[in-house]
Amino acid sequence: MGFDIQNVRGNFPILRRKVYEKQLVYLDNAATTQKPDMVIDRLNNFYSYENSNVHRGIHHLSQEATACFEEARDYVQKFLNAHSRNEIIFTRGTTESINLVAQSFGRKFINPGDEVLISQMEHHSNIVPWQMICEERGARLLVVPITESAELNMKAFEKMLSDKTRIVAITHVSNTLGTINPVDIIVKLAHRVGARVLIDGAQAIAHLPIDLQNLDCDFYCFSGHKVYGPTGIGVLYGKVELLEEMLPYQCGGEMISEVTFEKTTFNELPYKFEAGTPNIAGALGLHSALLYLDRLGIRQAAAHEDEVFKYALDKLGQIDQIIIYSRAQHKTTSLSFNLKGVHPYDVGSIIDKFAVAVRTGHLCTQPLTRIFQVPGFVRASFAVYNTTEEVDIFINAVIQAKSMLMS
Amino acid sequence: MTIAEKELVIREEFENFEDWLEKYNYLIEMGKDLPLIDEKYKIKSNLISGCQSSVWLHAEYRDGKIYFTADSDAVITKGIVNLLIRVLSGRTADEILDAKLDFIDEIGLKEHLSPTRSNGLVSMIKQMKLYALAFKAKYESSERESK
Repeated sequence: MGFDIQNVRGNFPILRRKVYEKQLVYLDNAATTQKPDMVIDRLNNFYSYENSNVHRGIHHLSQEATACFEEARDYVQKFLNAHSRNEIIFTRGTTESINLVAQSFGRKFINPGDEVLISQMEHHSNIVPWQMICEERGARLLVVPITESAELNMKAFEKMLSDKTRIVAITHVSNTLGTINPVDIIVKLAHRVGARVLIDGAQAIAHLPIDLQNLDCDFYCFSGHKVYGPTGIGVLYGKVELLEEMLPYQCGGEMISEVTFEKTTFNELPYKFEAGTPNIAGALGLHSALLYLDRLGIRQAAAHEDEVFKYALDKLGQIDQIIIYSRAQHKTTSLSFNLKGVHPYDVGSIIDKFAVAVRTGHLCTQPLTRIFQVPGFVRASFAVYNTTEEVDIFINAVIQAKSMLMS
Repeated sequence: MTIAEKELVIREEFENFEDWLEKYNYLIEMGKDLPLIDEKYKIKSNLISGCQSSVWLHAEYRDGKIYFTADSDAVITKGIVNLLIRVLSGRTADEILDAKLDFIDEIGLKEHLSPTRSNGLVSMIKQMKLYALAFKAKYESSERESK
């Protein structure tokens, strides 16, 4: 099907709602995306007619639910072009995926004197888990700096890599700056020194086609809710040989093979890492979300988003005394800015009154606020259903905020 | 003027505004007017940080009354801080502890006092009441004992 923006908008019921008696303009997509009918209907149908626990049930409903749940896994594998379905672990989201790797990989492979590399543009979720495991294992956390143009300093990165580097944990796309990192080069350089690579794909999944066999990273994580799916479901991709060696992260039902009071043997992949009843509806909803994006065509969706994003960048750049932080050459749709000397809370509070949803604050990237020496940012982030008309409303709101706050 | 009377004055001020724009412009003006906290009190131990904006709050006890000075890094937050100080500063501990502060809701600024907004204001009110409680325990219970 061709890309028809009005059709696309029609798929998202929330876009018809009003806020303060005005049409909602939703530009907080980096925080969470809205859900199309297809996803909402899938959840509704599951709870209405299909609900049952998965695995081990021999009754009809349970077998049906299990089949759907495992089909969702197959679809994720296909969507990411992973090598095997056993490499796809359902988690609660990116945060849990990273914590799982930090704990399970860390306890097995990180030893005193080892180093873990992250970057200055990481989300707190890709900082704190590594800080904790480094402290626990007596390892060092090294932070790759960013350049003036909000890009990863690749020269510094190369210098920081050594045979002590156990793992490199870097975001694919910065949630604050929108910067797309050269993950393919990062993987190659890291592998050259024998380090493993985790890519935080939370902000990439809805905007960039992902091909994991080609990328060859060791771990990749994303959240369902940032790609038009439900909250509380996410994915950890890990290479089989690594996942096989890692011990379970949480323990309980589902992840065991045999339990006696003396010893428990663990289930095979991917179930070893899925303790307890999984978010079944979430997985089915995620399946529908990915199917939706596939039907639209992720490249067509990205091309549309890019057009809207560039329009917004251009219009915003024309406003005097605006500082734009999303200045990398390669970037997706997160647009962070400030009015010079004005607190982002003030700007956000006024923009909100125009029924425009943007995010303000440190955006879970406090180190970046220190680098740019600001209390926070205002961030507009775009998705497949946004339009240039919406950008105009947003720009008008920014101009109004400016005239109220800077006069 | 009692707290209730002071709240009424503020409610009347806000009744004149036709829309949020005028209201916010007034808040911004009041934010700019806020008597700044003495620099020496703008220290970390007086800082109430929210995810969104931060507030500095200082309290003093003089002659049975509590006086607050405050500041915020965001001007709209500062405007609301100003309102809260107009109502609560120069009051007895009991008055502060009993204050319900419904006027914020009535003048249509409830959203700024939502705990999820995380702008430091909810914690600021909590802190003002804690000061009242602490001063009351420190000065007023010893008075009772000395009598």
